[in-house]
Amino acid sequence: MAWGLLLTIIVFIGVVGYVLGNARARKQSAAATEKPHSRAHYHGWWVFLLAVLPALLFLVAWSAGSYAYVDRAISERMPTQAEDSAIASRSLALGMVRNLAEGLRRIEGDPAFAELPTRFEDLRPILAERGVALASDTQDYMIPIATDLNAMQDNAAMIGTVIAILMSLGGAYLGLRSVRPRGRARNNVERVITWGLLAASTIAILTTVGIVFSMLFETIHFFRSVSLSNFFFGTVWDPRFAAAGAEAQEGQFGLIPLLAGTVYIAFVAMLFAVPVGLMAAIYMAEYASKRVRSVVKPLLEVLAGIPTIVYGFFALVTVGPFLRDMSGAIAGGPGFIQAQSVLTAGLVMGIMLIPFVSSLSDDIITAVPRTMRDGSLGLGATRSETIKRVILPAALPGIVGALLLTASRAIGETMIVVLAAGVAANLTLNPFEAMTTITVKIVNQLTGDLEFTSPQTLVAFALGMTLFVLTLGMNVFALYIVRKYREQYE
Amino acid sequence: MSDAVYKGGDAPRATARRDIGIKKRYAAEQRFRIYGIIAIAVGIFFLAALLWSVFSNGYTAFWQSSINLDVTFAESVIDPDNERATDPNTLLTANYPKLAADALVARLGIDPENRRLVREAGGLISNGVRTQLRDMVVADPSIIGTTRNVWVLASGDVDSAIKGQVNLEVDESRRKVSDQQLEWIRTMEADGVLEQRFNTGLFTRGASSRPETAGMGVAIVGSLYMMLIVLLLALPIGVAASIYLEEFAPQNKLTDLIEVNINNLAAVPSIVFGLLGLAVFINFMHLPRSASLVGGLVLTLMTLPTIIIATRAALRAVPPSIRSAALGLGASRTQTVFHHVLPLAAPGILTGTIIGLAQALGETAPLLLIGMVAFVADYPTTPLDPATALPVQIYMWANEAERAFVERTSGAIIVLLLFLAVMNITAIILRRRVERRW
Repeated sequence: MAWGLLLTIIVFIGVVGYVLGNARARKQSAAATEKPHSRAHYHGWWVFLLAVLPALLFLVAWSAGSYAYVDRAISERMPTQAEDSAIASRSLALGMVRNLAEGLRRIEGDPAFAELPTRFEDLRPILAERGVALASDTQDYMIPIATDLNAMQDNAAMIGTVIAILMSLGGAYLGLRSVRPRGRARNNVERVITWGLLAASTIAILTTVGIVFSMLFETIHFFRSVSLSNFFFGTVWDPRFAAAGAEAQEGQFGLIPLLAGTVYIAFVAMLFAVPVGLMAAIYMAEYASKRVRSVVKPLLEVLAGIPTIVYGFFALVTVGPFLRDMSGAIAGGPGFIQAQSVLTAGLVMGIMLIPFVSSLSDDIITAVPRTMRDGSLGLGATRSETIKRVILPAALPGIVGALLLTASRAIGETMIVVLAAGVAANLTLNPFEAMTTITVKIVNQLTGDLEFTSPQTLVAFALGMTLFVLTLGMNVFALYIVRKYREQYE
Repeated sequence: MSDAVYKGGDAPRATARRDIGIKKRYAAEQRFRIYGIIAIAVGIFFLAALLWSVFSNGYTAFWQSSINLDVTFAESVIDPDNERATDPNTLLTANYPKLAADALVARLGIDPENRRLVREAGGLISNGVRTQLRDMVVADPSIIGTTRNVWVLASGDVDSAIKGQVNLEVDESRRKVSDQQLEWIRTMEADGVLEQRFNTGLFTRGASSRPETAGMGVAIVGSLYMMLIVLLLALPIGVAASIYLEEFAPQNKLTDLIEVNINNLAAVPSIVFGLLGLAVFINFMHLPRSASLVGGLVLTLMTLPTIIIATRAALRAVPPSIRSAALGLGASRTQTVFHHVLPLAAPGILTGTIIGLAQALGETAPLLLIGMVAFVADYPTTPLDPATALPVQIYMWANEAERAFVERTSGAIIVLLLFLAVMNITAIILRRRVERRW
């Protein structure tokens, strides 16, 4: 039975339960002499929850469980892997059976195919006609297994549906029976709500766990075929193209050039963004009149709202060619700055970071207590002296934290460097040449057709893990500093 | 009078003021101030440069050169063997570009036997004319044999030449528009046959390898699907999580863990969410690649921290007296929150949600990893169909070499920025108008 229909049925049972429960509670409270504990609609809701929630939870568990069960049953029926088998691995063979079963669904119930052909060569054109493409080395013995797979899935779905509906009806019945004037339906409903709220807030934890585990697994996969030293200490990035069927050439997956490019570009960006952002923040916090502030601050924040792809395009079309032509005009010839270079990417990323630096430091500077400022000014210091000798030292931990947060953003930035930094994994100190970054390589390795077993694609997860650990470390450190600083003045 | 009156002369002169470098210090003060102004000016200059670069490159994308032709739907070209009743493919595979080329040749008064000129004339018309005329015939086969007045798109090179985007000074062999074609263009422009018309195709078409027929309609639909999914998932989950953390959570390890996680997730690079989506939703849960459902889920996870942080601030802004009053009148904690606190915090929550959505709308990197860099020419009908998104479309166009695509890309960026501006301005207005100050 289709999922949508099943869900509708269960929700329908729930709604009927709500109506009945509500009516029953009303009737009871009209008849009863004592004051009911909960209002009628809470009884209704409690019936609804009893009818719907357990059935839904069961369905989720059942579908996951039956998937795993069918998987095991099928893989037991597969012949043991022979040395000279046409199919490279067991998981590949299982995948083929699954695809075949998917395809057979299309001709299910068609009287013309009550008797399935036993040979794959006969079956293939029939399925191809219905838009099912199958791997050419699917074996004959897979056909009965695939039909069995479909049958088992149908059975499991059938049993699951029946049990779910029974559970739903049973829940509704129990709920209706529990409707009594002194019944604590409101407390029950509220407890469920609180659990729901808690579940929603654990999604944050689940996301982090998901990130860590998904990347950890793939990274471990990757390091099965590539050594740790090749990755962490290699200075050459040359993963080779993973052509299907070709002998796996040992590519070189040196992290060093990518890491160098990432850090270099982020450094150039910070070199530009920090003075500009910090001075802008100081001016706005200490000098600017209210009117100037109310105009300039939103203007700078517009920079933060522009998507990074737009910055990337700006670098690609405007800044890069401009720098190239300018250097050409100075030195003659084609110019010493390449259109895609560390400088271009760093400069544009710096523009993007200005509002981050300025708004973060603005908050921190204005958080420095008034008394410190007044004390310094009262002793005869000028405003700039007050800022340089009193406010900045007091705000320093916070500003360092802010800069760390900004730097972690620069390291994780993707679209600007994809368009402006180039793809060549150079190891150079010349900011006018192209370098590449970790994020660019993640994108490069994972766009296009993928095969998830090759180190060429798995390396992206190892790179992602590196990036995650790097930025996480910086963020945790930054938050630690910021928190510690805050405690001083509150 | 005992008061001594100073007579001058012998008394020591007032000591000269100690030199504490006041001039220097004031100069330093002035310089410091100027640094600040320069910093702000630099920021605003780059904002202006960026916007100017996009708008000056992009505003022309909203107009496209079209040629007005009297196209004769000749049966001898469309269906020479009169098979259309039996073979439905006849109408689909007919040589439609020839119809348009014939019409243009007739319009320009070229000798139909001069193959070189005919070919050059045909080059003025976009290849998109094939689908345009085919759709007309398939929709209404009775027009075969009649003559209709049709606006067809000029080819991308012609469009670029008219808009002055290619240098026409260079040698003829090195540019894509020949002198002969330029002459035709000028005569047609003078006759009012060749015109810049509003480019509706930009908003309705899908991906195309030819700039003149490339549009972002499909990408906009994909983005809308994803925004809808983000709204449906991130808003309830985010609000529920915030309510728990603000109103119910006990001070314990679990709560701390959740808080730390949310703060960290807000700073995780967006591309990492793409890797998560690839590994969990596509590899593990076997959801289809390139689907807007997967994109929406990834963006939901990415936007959640933003929404949670904004919602918590909005909840915190509701004064405790409201809660005390409700509790004092006998409401339960749940009733207090849902009947009193939440409605009062709603404008702030809405503002945060809009800002989170705007952030999600402009996000590109995670979508690249889950296969949304796809050449999608058809509208997705369900969230499971292959789709692409507006920023991804911009990325793909930015990688195209042809000059005409720079204009398209900038045009798409203008549209994206307009969407974002509308969302952010709505958020600001909401914040100013509706939010209550306590």
